Amino acid sequence: MKNESIQNKDGAAKPSTIDLVNKNLAKRYRAEKRFKAYGVAAILFGLACLVILFTDIIGKGHSAFLQTYVYVEVNYDADALDISNVNDPQQLAIADYSAIVKSALREQFTDAKSRKQRRNLYGLVSNGASFTLRESLENNPALLNQTVGLWLLADDDIDTYYKSRGDNKDDAFVGRLNPQQVAWVETWIDQKQIKKRFNTTFFTSGDSREPEQAGIMGAMAGSLFTLLVTIALSFPIGVAAAVYLEEYAPKNKITDFIEVNINNLAAVPSIIFGLLGLAIFIGYFEMHRSIPLVGGLVLSLMTLPTIIISSRAAIKSVPSSIRDAALGLGASKMQVILHHVLPLAMPGMLTGAIIGFAQALGETAPLLMIGMVAFIVDIPGGVSDPATALPVQIFLWSDSPERAFVERTSAAIMVLLAFLITMNTAAIWLRKRLERRW
Amino acid sequence: MNTSMLLILALLLMAMAFTLGRKRSIAVAGGSQGIRNLNSLPGYYGTLSALWCGIPSILILVVWVLFDDYIIQQIIIQELPSSTQALSDSELGLLLNTVSNMAINDTSTLSAEPYIIAAAERLNSLQHISQMALTVVFICVTMGLSWFSWMRVSPDLKARVKVENVFKIALLMCASIAVFTTAGIVFSVIFESIKFFQSVPFFDFIFGLQWSPQMAIREGQIGGSGAFGAVPLFAGTMLISAIAMIIAVPAGLMAAIYLSEYASPRVRTFVKPALEVLAGVPTVVYGFFAALTVAPYLRETGSMFGLSVSSESALAAGLVMGVMIIPFVSSLSDDVINAVPQSLRDGSFGLGATHSETIKQVIIPAALPGIVGGILLAVSRAIGETMIVVMAAGLAANLTANPMESVTTVTVQIVTLLVGDQEFNSPKTLSAFALGLILFVITLILNSIALMVVKKYREQYE
Repeated sequence: MKNESIQNKDGAAKPSTIDLVNKNLAKRYRAEKRFKAYGVAAILFGLACLVILFTDIIGKGHSAFLQTYVYVEVNYDADALDISNVNDPQQLAIADYSAIVKSALREQFTDAKSRKQRRNLYGLVSNGASFTLRESLENNPALLNQTVGLWLLADDDIDTYYKSRGDNKDDAFVGRLNPQQVAWVETWIDQKQIKKRFNTTFFTSGDSREPEQAGIMGAMAGSLFTLLVTIALSFPIGVAAAVYLEEYAPKNKITDFIEVNINNLAAVPSIIFGLLGLAIFIGYFEMHRSIPLVGGLVLSLMTLPTIIISSRAAIKSVPSSIRDAALGLGASKMQVILHHVLPLAMPGMLTGAIIGFAQALGETAPLLMIGMVAFIVDIPGGVSDPATALPVQIFLWSDSPERAFVERTSAAIMVLLAFLITMNTAAIWLRKRLERRW
Repeated sequence: MNTSMLLILALLLMAMAFTLGRKRSIAVAGGSQGIRNLNSLPGYYGTLSALWCGIPSILILVVWVLFDDYIIQQIIIQELPSSTQALSDSELGLLLNTVSNMAINDTSTLSAEPYIIAAAERLNSLQHISQMALTVVFICVTMGLSWFSWMRVSPDLKARVKVENVFKIALLMCASIAVFTTAGIVFSVIFESIKFFQSVPFFDFIFGLQWSPQMAIREGQIGGSGAFGAVPLFAGTMLISAIAMIIAVPAGLMAAIYLSEYASPRVRTFVKPALEVLAGVPTVVYGFFAALTVAPYLRETGSMFGLSVSSESALAAGLVMGVMIIPFVSSLSDDVINAVPQSLRDGSFGLGATHSETIKQVIIPAALPGIVGGILLAVSRAIGETMIVVMAAGLAANLTANPMESVTTVTVQIVTLLVGDQEFNSPKTLSAFALGLILFVITLILNSIALMVVKKYREQYE
C-alpha cells in the first residue's frame, strides 16, 4: 500500500500514522523475537541446571555401586587363630582373623621389612575382611588349617586408586598411597588378583568410619520408620481436618483463624519445626533424642498443611450433586461423607499425600535439630531405636574427608532420588488412573 | 497389667460393647422385623455403646499415665528423711535418680544409705500399687460403662445424631491441630528467647555487630567472651537470599511467561514437569552440589581472573539456592498469569499490540500483585532455607557485602548451635531459639503479606 505524505504549512513532510507504524514495525518484531528468546533462554537455563545436577551426581556416584576386592590366599592356621575347638562359637567369635590375613600378605610381599612398611601393607586390605574370614569358617569348619583363596574387601584408598586407574596407571588418583603401596597394588593388577564386584555392602550395612564398609541400610531403615510414623499420623489427621473445613466448618472467625494458621504453617521454614520438636517433644515431654518416633512427629506436623490443602482441593472437586442426591435419599451428613465424598475424593487426596510424604522423605533440617545426626552403626529395628535418615546420612558423609565417601554420598543421593521419583511417579499415575472429571 | 495391655483390652472391650449394643438394639426393637421402629440403624447403637465405653476409659488411662510418676515422686520426697528435705532442686533430682536406679536394679545386692534403699523399695511398691489400682479402676469403669450403655439402648435413643456429633467434634479437633502447632512453635521459641534476653539485652542482640557465641566455660578463659550481635547473620542471610532472587526471579518469571503465553501444549506438558523436578530435589542434594561442584568451580574460575573466591562463598550457596527456587517462582507466576482474563489479551491484540507488548504492558501489570506475592513467598523460602547454606556457606560471621567472601546465615547458626550435645540453659543454646524467633517472625510477616496480596488479587478477577 502506497501512502502520500501530507504536506503541512512549512512544507516539511509529516509522516502519516501508517508510516510511523511501518517504520517501527521491524523494531517491534525484533523486540518480540528478543522477548520470546528470553523465555526460551530461561527455560533452557532451568533444564540445563537439572541436567548438570543429575549428570554431576550420577557421574560422581555410579562407581560406588562397584567395590574392589583383592584375592588373598589365607591359611586358617589354628595356632595363629588361637582356636582349639572349631565347633565352639565363642572361640570362633574372638579368634584373631586379621593375624592370618597379615601373614598371608607378608608371604606374598616379602619386600615389606620394616614395621612401617608392614603397617602400610596391612592397610591394603580393609579391616572388615575379618568378618568375611569368620563367616566362611563358621559355614565350613573343615577349613581349619587349610589354605584357601579368598576375595577380600580392599581398603578405600585402593578402591579409589583402582577405580580411577582405568588402563593407564598414570591417570590414577594416588591420594594417601605411598609409592611402595602403589607398586604392591600394581603387582596385584598384573597378576589379576584384584577385581570389582557389585557393592552389596553399600545396601546391606549401616554407617561406618571406613568408607568401604559403610552402607545405607541403617539410614534407609531410619527413613522408613520415620516415614511410617509420619504417614500414620498426618494422613488421617490431615484428611479429617480437610473434611471438617470443607463440609462442616461454619463461616466464622474461628474457621478463618484455623485457615490462616494452616496457610501460614505451610510456608514456615522446616527448621522452625525442628526447634518445635526440640523444645516440646524432647525438652518438655522428655522423649529420647535421635529416635524415628520424634522425627516422624515433627515431620507429620510439617506435612500436615500440605495434606490438608490438597485434600481440601480434592473434596472441593466432588460435585455437590452427589451430596444432594445422597442427602435426598435420607443419608446423614456423616454417611454422605464416609460413603460418597471420601471415596470419590480419595485419589486426589492420595496424590497430594504422596507428594507431601516425598517432601518429608527428603527433609533434613528438622531431623538435625532433634538429634538424628548421630553416628549410628546398628540398623534400627523400630520407631524407638536411635537412627538417622537417608538425607541426614548424605549430610554426614558429605562432611567426611575421605575421597571414597564422595562417591558413596552421590550414590546415596541417587538412591534417595530414586525413591522420590518413584513416589512422585506413583502420585502422577494414581492421578491419571483414578481421577474422574465431572 | 501394663499400659499397652490395658490399651489392647480397651479396644477389645469397645468391640464387645459394639456387638452388645447392636444386638441389644435389635432385641429391644423386637427382632429384625422391628428395626424400622428404631430411631437409627443398629450399627449406630453399637458405635455409640463402643464410644461411651471407650472414650472415658482411655481418658482415664492417659491421665493416669501422665500423672502417676509425678505423684509417686512427691510421695517419695515426703517420706525422705528431714535432712534431705533441705537439699536444692538439682541435688534432690540427683537423689531421686539414684533411688529410681536402685529400684530398677535389685535393691538387696547394692550397698547404699539405708534410707535410699528404703525409698527404692517404697518406690517399687508404690509403682506396683499404682499399676494394680489402674487395672482395677480401668476394668471397673469400662465394665460399668458398657453396662450403662447397654441399658440405655432404646428405640427412642437418637444414636445416629449422637454418633455424628462425636464424629464432628473429632474432626474439629483434627482441624485445630494446625492452631496448636502454631501455638507450640510460638511458645517453644518465645519461652527460650525470654530466658536468652534475660542474659543478653534485646537491642544488643538485634543491633550488635559482633557474633561469636562461644561462652567462657570457666572464669577468666581467653577468647570466650560471647558476643551475640546478630547483624552479621541478618546481613549474610540477606546477601545469599538476594543472590538467589537475582537468579530465580528473572528465570522463573520468564519461564512462566513463555510457558503460559507462547509454548504449545506439547512443549508445556514436557517442560513444566521437568522444571518441577527441580523443586522436588531435596535441599541436601543441592547442598552437596553447591559445596562439592559449584564452589570449587567458582573458585577456579575466580582464580583464572585473579579474583580470590572463598571456598565457602556466598555466591555458590546463593546461585544454587536460586536454581532451587526457579520452579517455585515459575509455578506461582504461572498461576497468576493464567488467572488474567482472556478479554484483556483480546483487547490489547485488537488495538494492534504485539504479543510481547501485550505481555509487558497489559498482562504483567494486571498480574503484578500476584507476582509480587509469589516473589515474597519465594523470599521467605530463601531466608528459611537451611541445608544448602549449612553445607555450602561458612560459619564465620563476616559483615560483608562481597559475594565472593564467606558469610554465615541465621539458619546455619541455629544448626551449629543446636546440633550435638549441649546444655539446655546456656545463652549459647538459647540464642538459637532467639534466632529461630526472629526467623519465624520475619517469615510469618512475609507470608501473611504475600497471602493477603494473592487473595486480594484472586478476588479482583473472580
